[in-house]
Amino acid sequence: MLFQLTRRLLILLASLAVASVLVFGFMAVLPGDPAQVALGVNATPELLARTRHEFGLDRPLVVRYLDWIGGLLTGDFGRSYVTGERIGPSLVDRYGVTLWLVGAGMLVAVLIAVPAGVLAAVRHRRISGAVISGLSQLGVAVPGFLAGIVLVQVFAVSLGLVPSGGWTPPVVDPVEFLLGLILPALSLGLVQGAVLTRYVRSAVLDVLREDYIRTARAKGLTPFRALLRHGLRNAAVPVVTVLGLQLTTLLVGAVVVERVFVIPGLGSLLLDAVGNRDLLVVQDVVMVLVLTVLLVNFLVDVLYAVLNPRLRQVG
Amino acid sequence: MAGSGCSAGSTATASRGPDAISIGFTAEPANLDFTHTDGAAIPQALLYNVYQGLVRLDQHGKIQPLLAESWTLSQDRTVYDFHLRAGVRFSNGAPFTAEDVRFSVERVRTDWTISLKSAMDVVDHVEVVSPTRARVVLSRPSNNWLFAMAGRLGAMFSPTGVADLANTPVGTGPYQVVQHTRGDSIVLAANPGYWGPPPTYTTVVLKYFKDATALTNALLSNGIDVISAVTTPEQVPRLEHDTRFQVIQGTTTGEVVLAFNNARPPLHDVRVRQALTYAIDRRALLDVVWAGRGTLIGSMVPPTDPWYEDLSGAYPHDPDRARALLAEAGQTGLTLRLRVPNLPYAVSAAQVVKSDLGRVGVGVDIEPLDFPAVWLKQVFTDHDYDLSIIQHVENRDITTFGNPRYYWGYDNPEVARLLAEADQGSEAEQVEDMRRVARTLSDDAAADWLFLLPNVVAAKKRVTGLAVNQVGDSFDLTALGRAAG
Repeated sequence: MLFQLTRRLLILLASLAVASVLVFGFMAVLPGDPAQVALGVNATPELLARTRHEFGLDRPLVVRYLDWIGGLLTGDFGRSYVTGERIGPSLVDRYGVTLWLVGAGMLVAVLIAVPAGVLAAVRHRRISGAVISGLSQLGVAVPGFLAGIVLVQVFAVSLGLVPSGGWTPPVVDPVEFLLGLILPALSLGLVQGAVLTRYVRSAVLDVLREDYIRTARAKGLTPFRALLRHGLRNAAVPVVTVLGLQLTTLLVGAVVVERVFVIPGLGSLLLDAVGNRDLLVVQDVVMVLVLTVLLVNFLVDVLYAVLNPRLRQVG
Repeated sequence: MAGSGCSAGSTATASRGPDAISIGFTAEPANLDFTHTDGAAIPQALLYNVYQGLVRLDQHGKIQPLLAESWTLSQDRTVYDFHLRAGVRFSNGAPFTAEDVRFSVERVRTDWTISLKSAMDVVDHVEVVSPTRARVVLSRPSNNWLFAMAGRLGAMFSPTGVADLANTPVGTGPYQVVQHTRGDSIVLAANPGYWGPPPTYTTVVLKYFKDATALTNALLSNGIDVISAVTTPEQVPRLEHDTRFQVIQGTTTGEVVLAFNNARPPLHDVRVRQALTYAIDRRALLDVVWAGRGTLIGSMVPPTDPWYEDLSGAYPHDPDRARALLAEAGQTGLTLRLRVPNLPYAVSAAQVVKSDLGRVGVGVDIEPLDFPAVWLKQVFTDHDYDLSIIQHVENRDITTFGNPRYYWGYDNPEVARLLAEADQGSEAEQVEDMRRVARTLSDDAAADWLFLLPNVVAAKKRVTGLAVNQVGDSFDLTALGRAAG
């Protein structure tokens, strides 16, 4: 177990290092001059040269890379080319917003998928089970942003029940915050919920065929109670793995959904920064996203071992 | 009157109460310091609202008094004597005097970094005659100087208020910034010590939307009260037919230009440029690109400039004439590179240009470039293009044709001479000279002015005082009011 953990951690660190080189490399070859984008169309050549020097863009690539990585290791994310401000604090702010979004989307997905998936499995020979399966199949095919656009038209524009976009921090106004979170969370969560429903359904179906369930039923338990008491923990193993993978999809989905709903999270920060060639911001945001994904995968591995004692012994 | 309190049922109101208004924009300021950061977004939010200058530009393009009640100009047109309004204070309490005029005007040269600041190079010195009289002495006459003073370059600062311009602007205007949430909004609150009539709305929320559809949805769902500029023409009819809203349409200073690389063959030949101009059906293009809204102008002058003349008839759509001119220039089987920014209007206009030019035998390769980064580098700086399409938003940017190093590659000493003469002459001479510049550019087909972007503002019916034309640096909040009922 300990050996496994150490190995996983080393893989995580190596992945981070590779990711940092890749993102830095991509930014370095991206056409466009950050100094010029920051200064606009009227910039004089002298001012451009001075700004490039201020940004440190006139130094060799290796030096720029080491400078950036050295900063990250000491918790210094650098300064934005566009706003001139420290990147760290805004990164923390934006990260918080995106986490709310991803968390809420995940919650919606789980709230849909677990009951629907279990029901579809238990009743897989009946109409209700087939209907759930069919609906989830449909849901899988809908892209998150399209769900977002439709939700806005119906619930914000036509019915006026919730805001069409915008972000109110929970400390400012909890009610506005929750109202504003509903549509983005739904557009992220509905699609993922549909995907997850199918995994829950097949995991539960697998479990229902196991011997211990048959034994439990033989002792007189209803299928549902047998599942509740003996099956769910086993069904959870594959579902947790999928949830971990889905978190990655949710993070990517958040980039688009933040745009549709005008939410100041990491995704909108990233899109703006790419457009403005705010290279350090792009690099920092990508590294934060990569770290999040790697950490989640790491935790999933750990959780996997906790949920399934058999995996703990395998070396 | 009887309608108060009737907005119940909607939970999605961003502007709470009748004294608040919220306005949606598409371009967000990176920070609040326009002395160091270029771009239209910062002055749009702050000028006239938070910062004021000695003079301002009204929506018809005329210079009006603001912090200067009046001014006189010497016989040789180099000495401006400004009589300042008394009793004006900055939002931090400091009084506004002629010392601040000297401080602010001189500061442009010493502390500003944006390149627009060169418009102040003509200032020789500023004299403080008395606390309410400032005298600005120019090294030569310049009409453009006073005009620039009506924009962001003329903003008045206090020596006690420039410590943190990026976050804490201090001006003499009716509003002050109380909150800036990056990626979301700027909140302005009425400045209690304001010298003029207090604004109708005590709180103004400037909300920023990256996505034009999200901006329209916000108005439709009661999230904002005004769309400062509708950028998606297909949504205008929907807003017009909705009885809750008013749609105001006027002009901007944004010329959408098909740029020719005048410095390079084959477009260095005036006959080729004229042929392309004859070949393009601009009315049909405007219908496709901006739903027929907008104005055909025919030169680099919007109708709000005093020297405007309608030159849109100079090159009527005439494919036969275009073919004849191309043949005369010996250009057959021509293929040109049309390198456009990847912005909706430019990409859509590029398709029409390609199809029109195809009809006269000119092949066009459209290359969309990432905007701003790649377009700025390759087209604007390196002049690596034959044709491009972009909106030139700045006012009086006709002067760029006097600069042979500008990306037009247009080098005409006569135009440069007329521009310089216009700057120094009397008002009548200026108008006459500028007209000749505009006509010369049209005769030379120095570019093809496809159309002038319309200013389309959509707002709730109760909002009054919105400017019809967008001519200056500012989105002026000072005239906003509220209809009764």
